[in-house]
Amino acid sequence: MIVKLLTLFWVFFKIGLFTFGGGYAMIPMITEEMIGHGWMVEQQISDFIAIGEMTPGPFAINMATLIGSMHAGPLGAVAATLGVVVPPVIIILLIARLFKSISTNKYVQAALKGLKPVIVGLIFSTGLLLILKNIFNSFFVFQEGLNIPSICIMIILATFSFLYKKVTKKAMHPIALIGLAAMFGIIVFI
Amino acid sequence: MSSKIAKFVTLFWSFFKIGLFTFGGGYAMIPLIEKEASKKHQWISEEEIFDIILIAESTPGPISINAATYIGYNVAGISGAIFACLGLILPGFTILFIISLFLTDFLNITIINNAFLGIKAAVALLVMNAGIKFFHQIRKEPISIAIASSIIILLIVSEIIGWSISSIFLIVCGLAFGLIFYALIPQLKKKEGEKK
Repeated sequence: MIVKLLTLFWVFFKIGLFTFGGGYAMIPMITEEMIGHGWMVEQQISDFIAIGEMTPGPFAINMATLIGSMHAGPLGAVAATLGVVVPPVIIILLIARLFKSISTNKYVQAALKGLKPVIVGLIFSTGLLLILKNIFNSFFVFQEGLNIPSICIMIILATFSFLYKKVTKKAMHPIALIGLAAMFGIIVFI
Repeated sequence: MSSKIAKFVTLFWSFFKIGLFTFGGGYAMIPLIEKEASKKHQWISEEEIFDIILIAESTPGPISINAATYIGYNVAGISGAIFACLGLILPGFTILFIISLFLTDFLNITIINNAFLGIKAAVALLVMNAGIKFFHQIRKEPISIAIASSIIILLIVSEIIGWSISSIFLIVCGLAFGLIFYALIPQLKKKEGEKK
């Protein structure tokens, strides 16, 4: 049992340490590790990814919890989650400590300045792609037609959000938007 | 003493809410961080949100954990960082642990699937909104606009043709570009100017 827990911790430690730029980037590494250790098969991995995407919280944590629990119960879930969390936390704490002094370092400033438009591009295109994926059922556009319910919900939410801001002068709380969306989802898709 | 505890509790609770309502990836967390950490608690300013995202993207690990650690540390030191992370992790952990006990049935629960389809729409809008806001922040620099636009076109086209581009690669390119363009080239120009 201890061996299982340590292995889980170690596998997710590696995943936490080597995944840059967002939770989904860890999918290839998770797949490699899970299949390599003989713990999961591809179909299971796909299902877990689907669940991880549907549920709240960081994708990496969700995957760690699911896989850890499957292998070694609650302790396994904790071991895996700790594994994936420890490297980033330590690194960020180190950086935060140093940041006071490195933030004035002209090389760091220059590098981050160059990174800025890249991140803008990444986030903007992610948003655009998410919207497009909600509009079209498949990405080879026009082939499978439009997802009318999704389009309707997006229009309703956008309108609601816009009107809310006009009336109250404040942006709608994202939590409220999500709650509303869940409600519409249940209504529209039934 | 009690104000420290108050800070820990607030950090935990704020990030608990963020962790509970962030669906589909780190970028969806940006509007929540803006509302909670910036507007509500003034732990960071609006411009700082962008900087935090930059750091969170260039370091290993999930963006949300990185952001929570960073903000928590700035508010209340190492303990603050830990409370923020705990808050962020707990909702997902609990929910997923429960799901792991009923595994195969979960994906078949219609009401949850339908709610999620609605949530997907909200997430798309929230991320798009964050993208637009950040784009707005760089609108005054032509080079930045050019780079961001190229990347947007590149990523959308590559998604359509099924060619995957690693975001890590783009991040490294961005950092390298910044170093060369904003530090090394000005240095070389200065040296040339001095020689003359």
